[in-house]
Amino acid sequence: MRDVAVIGAGITAFGELWNTSFREMCTEAGVKALEDANVAGEQIDAMFVGSMSAGRFIGQEHVGALVADYVGLGGDLHIPATRVEAACASGGLAFRQAVAAVASGMSDIVVAAGVEKMTDVSDATDVLAGAADREWESFAGATFPGLYAMIACDYMNKYGLTREQLAQVAVKNHYHGAKNPFAQFRSEITQSTVLKSTLVASPLRLFDCSPVSDGAAVVIVCPFKRAKEFTDTPIRVLTSTQSGDTIALHDRPDFSTMGATVAAGNSAFKQAKLERKDIDFVEVHDCFTIAELCAIEDLGFVPKGTAGKFTEEGQTQIGGKLPVNTSGGLKSCGHPVGATGIKQVWEVVQQLRGEAGKRQIDGAEIGMTQNVGGTGATVVSHIFGRA
Amino acid sequence: MVGTKCKTCGKVFFPPRSVCPHCRRNGKIVEYKCSGKGEVLTFSVIHSASDQYAAMKPYVLAIVELEEGTRMTTQIICEPEEVYIGMPVKSVFRVLDREGTEGIIHYGTKFVPNLA
Ligand SMILES: CC(C)(COP(=O)(O)OP(=O)(O)OC[C@H]1O[C@@H](n2cnc3c(N)ncnc32)[C@H](O)[C@@H]1OP(=O)(O)O)[C@@H](O)C(=O)NCCC(=O)NCCS
Ligand SMILES: [Zn+2]
Repeated sequence: MRDVAVIGAGITAFGELWNTSFREMCTEAGVKALEDANVAGEQIDAMFVGSMSAGRFIGQEHVGALVADYVGLGGDLHIPATRVEAACASGGLAFRQAVAAVASGMSDIVVAAGVEKMTDVSDATDVLAGAADREWESFAGATFPGLYAMIACDYMNKYGLTREQLAQVAVKNHYHGAKNPFAQFRSEITQSTVLKSTLVASPLRLFDCSPVSDGAAVVIVCPFKRAKEFTDTPIRVLTSTQSGDTIALHDRPDFSTMGATVAAGNSAFKQAKLERKDIDFVEVHDCFTIAELCAIEDLGFVPKGTAGKFTEEGQTQIGGKLPVNTSGGLKSCGHPVGATGIKQVWEVVQQLRGEAGKRQIDGAEIGMTQNVGGTGATVVSHIFGRA
Repeated sequence: MVGTKCKTCGKVFFPPRSVCPHCRRNGKIVEYKCSGKGEVLTFSVIHSASDQYAAMKPYVLAIVELEEGTRMTTQIICEPEEVYIGMPVKSVFRVLDREGTEGIIHYGTKFVPNLA
C-alpha cells in the first residue's frame, strides 16, 4: 500500500444558505480545494462524493456525476465520480474511498467531497430518521435526538454525569466555533443558554443538538511521494479505519458505548503504532453533546464515565490536555450531514498546517477524526500527521 | 408478539431475524411467541417529532427488554413523569399513526406500565 497525503482543502460557510444551491456549494468548495492544491482538472483521476440523502433533501440523485460536472470534471474530462453513503458518516467514508484508491495504486490524484443541503425540506427530522432502522426504530416514533437522548439517559444513570457537565460540551464547542469564520453559530454561550433552551428529547435540549445545515467541503489526496509537486505542507494520512455495528441502538449490549468507535480506534492506534497520548487534538462526531463524551471515552483517551469531568475541567478546550472539536464541532460549526466527515479532515489540515487562525493549537503535530453514521452503525476514523 | 428464536443458541429475536447473528449458518431459526412482558432500560420524552408523530407529542420513547432477553424500541403509554429506568411494562396493540383523517391507520406494538 502506498502512503497517502492530503494536498488541498476547501470549504463553504456552513449554515442556512438559502440563496446557494447544492451544486453551487460543491463548486465553491471544490474550486477552493483545487486552487489550494494547485491541481489542474486534467491531473485528476477520480472523485468520491459523500451525501446522505440528496434524494430526500432536494429530490436529486446521481450527485456523484452532478458534482463532478459542476466542479468542471465531468463533460470534457469524463472523470469517474462515485457517490458514497453511510448516513452522517458519508463524508468520512468518501474520504476513506479516496485514500483507498490512492493507496492501492489504482488512482493518483483523487477528490473527496462531502455535501448536504438540508434546509430546503420541511421535515428534516423524518429524513434523518432514515439513518436509524426505519422499520423498528423510526416507525416506533424514534427521532435522532430521541435515540441519542436514550443514550444520555442510560449514561447519566450509570455514571452520574450531571446536566451541567453535559451542557459544558456545547459551551466549549461554541467557544471554538466563535473562532471559526466558516461556522454556522459564531457566538459564545453559557451553561444557562443550554439549560434554559427548549427540550427536544429529554434530557437533551436545543443547545445539545447539532443544527440542520447546508454546506460542502472538499479535500484532495495523492500519493505521499508526489505531494511535494503540489504543496510545501502535505499532510500525511497515517491510518484509515472503519468499523460497523448493529443498525439499531436497542441491539447494542451497552447503549453508552459505541462499539464501532472502540473497534475503529483500537485498530487505528495499532496500525499507526501510536499511543493515545501522541494525539494532539481530535475532531469527533458531536451530533449531540452526549456523543462527544462517548467518543473521547470510546477512542480510549479517558476512562468510561469520566469524560464529563474531563470536559468540566477545560481539558477539551484549546489549551487543555486534548482539544476536541476546534472547528466548533457539529454543534457550533453546523452539521450538513454528508459534508461533516470532510469538514473534520479540513479542520485537521488547517491545524497541522498552522493555518487555523484564532483557534490554532500550538505545535499541533498529530490529529485524529471520528465520524459516525446513525447511532454508531458505521464509524470512520483517520489519523493525520504533519509530514 | 411473534418473534423468532435460534434453536442452536436459544436467543430470542423481536424484532424477528431470519439469520442468527451469533450462530450465522449454524443457527436454526423458528417462530417464537413472546410474552409481551418486559422492563424499561432507557427512555426519552420526545418534544420535537417528525410531522407523522407531531400530534402525539410529548410522548415517551423507550428501549424495552422483554422477559425473553430481546430488546426493542417502542413507546410507553403513560404520563411523561411516570416513566423510570426499570419500570415493568407489558405490550398492547395500538394505533401508531394515521395518514391524515381518511388515510391508512397503522397499528403496532406499544407498552403500558405493568405495576403490581
Ligand atoms: C434541534 C432541532 C430539532 C431544532 O429544530 P427546530 O426546532 O425546527 O429549530 P428551528 O429551525 O425552527 O430554529 C429555531 C431557532 O433555533 C435556532 N437553532 C436551531 N437549531 C439549533 C441548534 N442546534 N442549536 C442552537 N440553535 C439552534 C435557530 O437558529 C432558530 O433561531 P432564531 O429563531 O433566532 O432564528 C433540529 O436542529 C434538529 O433536528 N437537530 C438535529 C439534527 C440531527 O439529528 N442531525 C443528525 C445527527 S446524526
Ligand atoms: Zn444462534
